[in-house]
Amino acid sequence: MNARGEEKCRRVGLSKRKRNKNLSEKATCSGHGEDSPYFAGWEEYRRNPYDPLHNPSGIIQMGLAENRLSSGVVEEWLSNHPEALMISNRDLLKDLALYQDYHGMPAFRTALANFMGALGRNKVKFEAERIVNTAGTTAANEVLMFCLADPGDVFLVPSPYYPGFDRDLRWRTGVEIVPIHCYSSNNFQITKSAVKSAYKDSQNRNKNVRGILITNPCNPLGTTSSAKTLKMLLDFTQKKKIHLVCDEIYSGSVFSSPQFHSIAEIVTRESSTPDNVHIVYGLSKDLGLPGFRVGAIYSYNNTVVTAARRMSSFCMISSQTQYLLSCMLSDSDFVECYIAENKKRLEERHKLLVSGFAKAGIKHLNGNAGLFCWVNMSHLLTSNDLEGELKLWKSILYETKLNISPGSSFNCMEPGWFRVCFAESNITTMEVALQRLQRFAEKYKAMY
Amino acid sequence: MATCSLHGEDSPYFAGWEEYRNNPYDVKLNPSGVIQMGLAENTLSFGVMEDWLIKHPEATITSEQSLGLFKDLALYQDYHGLSDYRKAMASFMEAMRGNRVKFDPDRIVNAAGSTAANEVLMFCLADPGDVFLVPSPYYPGFDRDLRWRTGVEIEPIHCYSSNNFQITKSAVESAFKRAKDQKKQVKGILITNPCNPLGTISSADTLKMLLAFANKKKIHLVCDEIYSGSVFSSPEFHSIAEIVAQENYSPDNVHIVYSLSKDMGLPGFRVGTIYSYNDTVVMAARRMSSFTMISTKTQHLLSTMLSDPEFVNYYIAENKKRLEERHRLIVSGFEQAGIKQLEGNAGLFCWVNMSHLLPSNDIEGELKLWKGILYKAKLNISPGSSFKCMEPGWFRVCFSEMTISTMKVALERLQRFVKQNKVMTH
Repeated sequence: MNARGEEKCRRVGLSKRKRNKNLSEKATCSGHGEDSPYFAGWEEYRRNPYDPLHNPSGIIQMGLAENRLSSGVVEEWLSNHPEALMISNRDLLKDLALYQDYHGMPAFRTALANFMGALGRNKVKFEAERIVNTAGTTAANEVLMFCLADPGDVFLVPSPYYPGFDRDLRWRTGVEIVPIHCYSSNNFQITKSAVKSAYKDSQNRNKNVRGILITNPCNPLGTTSSAKTLKMLLDFTQKKKIHLVCDEIYSGSVFSSPQFHSIAEIVTRESSTPDNVHIVYGLSKDLGLPGFRVGAIYSYNNTVVTAARRMSSFCMISSQTQYLLSCMLSDSDFVECYIAENKKRLEERHKLLVSGFAKAGIKHLNGNAGLFCWVNMSHLLTSNDLEGELKLWKSILYETKLNISPGSSFNCMEPGWFRVCFAESNITTMEVALQRLQRFAEKYKAMY
Repeated sequence: MATCSLHGEDSPYFAGWEEYRNNPYDVKLNPSGVIQMGLAENTLSFGVMEDWLIKHPEATITSEQSLGLFKDLALYQDYHGLSDYRKAMASFMEAMRGNRVKFDPDRIVNAAGSTAANEVLMFCLADPGDVFLVPSPYYPGFDRDLRWRTGVEIEPIHCYSSNNFQITKSAVESAFKRAKDQKKQVKGILITNPCNPLGTISSADTLKMLLAFANKKKIHLVCDEIYSGSVFSSPEFHSIAEIVAQENYSPDNVHIVYSLSKDMGLPGFRVGTIYSYNDTVVMAARRMSSFTMISTKTQHLLSTMLSDPEFVNYYIAENKKRLEERHRLIVSGFEQAGIKQLEGNAGLFCWVNMSHLLPSNDIEGELKLWKGILYKAKLNISPGSSFKCMEPGWFRVCFSEMTISTMKVALERLQRFVKQNKVMTH
């Protein structure tokens, strides 16, 4: 293991004894990020999952941002369109089986581009030629890092942020994340001074900042960035000659105002095409299809499109899946119906959850998007620090049997915030979960 | 990384494909177009699979009963992969090895194709600047797959026609020493068995020699067995798994790569496998497979298909028969053109010696000859230099992705080209 590898492992707290000298530093350090409570809670749920009949005292999963609310709409379309599953046409079957061009099927890219446009109320037209296929957004984000930065370079990421970024952006790429700290005092909005501060902090440590990566709508906040914020970020990145990556994976999960603005809208208003803007998208959240591994990079930079496309050899989308989705997403009636129905169902579920929080005396950040709520349980902390937060998380997990995710795993600077997902279970399970939470909150009141 | 040329696409291997794409042969619409013989794809046995799929709609979730499965598959994003799929893949790999070994499904790690599988293994076994020894000639894609994003370097183990390109112990030691002399850390050896581009298999003795060497030097041995289901004649194929089974202990430095792109002709479905005897590697590779997971829809289709022993046995036998017939046809065509080929028994290609047609016995001469064949004979075959072959004049010619009539046209063109070229060079 070389000196850089040693240093990295020391930083992630791995003792020399435990490291296997014969394997790579990447294989043996904890860059995979799975030692966080975010993943530990999933493990606990897997061991003791709630089931209303077989295991009514099991753990209810509220830590996984999955959208099961609208799968019926997809299933209905499929039962009316068996041809999309391609069984009957031998020629088509052969073409799909052999199709290994990393450009991806043109019909698929066109359908995806149109879908992305529809999500933004067709304010923007996306060009199919700028779409690069990847097997999921996990892969898309990593490929972009490989293309935009070298090992040791920095990307600024507003915190709190999705815990998977620690792995996706850093593990195999060697890129580092410097958080742009956001606070509850202004509802966690990204401010220019916070961006400048993070930029300066990196420069002071002699790090090369290569870009900013935001998630919009934001995970875990469940809010959208305003057009003004996006413009601020675009201006900043252009001034500093760095990249702006916008992960818009929840752009089809905006269920109330304020309106969602894609960075593509801001770009369209500019007089020239900025070659430093890149969008990440995928169907795991909006269409509830994480198992099918469908991600995309949309870049305004031709060199990045070419490089990312070549790199996508390592993470291509199955042609079978491309075909199915090109049929589905080319059906404009389905797309219109799905977007509207999904929005409606998310809004209803969100309302239910928020009312449950109110009954439990728990405040939440006013959200309008995503599959989760960002809630403030700092009043329930035994100590106003990370230790207090983890204690609270454990009580909720082991006593209340709810898997929710502590803010520290999202790199939140203020202890006591938690992300609670609401689109994964059915209404009855959600009501059980809310009752448990209310009982827990009452018990806490009685104790303190 | 985005701007260097480690993606490897500037090689003639890929340039020929481009020429074919610009001017593809079609018997009716473009009879003077380029015939593709540079892509190792297997379309010979596709009909066997098609027949099975038509009879089993549940595999593609088209039957009403299986629509309920759709939601479960759509949501399943566990990087362990569907356990039925891993079991089916393990039993398929066993069947291909005549059930002489058993594979543990829990040692199977999914990846979206063997391109990804090889890269993930490099990320797990080596750090940037480390070296893997790879017998040459080798598959050009390795320059990208093993090196581009990983920073790992390849040191070739040179193999020569004097002993039919077999891997010798002295060649391995020589490559190891060269790397050491450059102060590089050698982390392992990676072989392809059956070999691309040679179309031959490694003997059990060679595999034992490699395993013993790897053990002695405490380095890894990666065996890419992507063509293990494409062995159509003797000698018998031996998987490294068989050699391992004969050892008294489970070596934690052996890893196998597999895929369905070649044996089953399914490159579009992106189905790759890492099989490792090292628990830490299994865990690390599995975590890394988050970046390259196989679509659950595809896992479901394959777990249904590959769990059908009747289909599996029939497919393996029929594929072998069809590859053998096609190989015989192309070899006879070479003979008529006076072209010698390395005696092969596996893979989807022949390794042929055209050095007698070279204008000069060097790489320049080889590239001139390659261009002549591409632009005059309109055949895309791949020059040995793109496989890092040390001897100019060798070419890889693929035979399994065209119809018999197209192959006959190709062979006639080759024979004409050789006649014309002979006249010119003598």
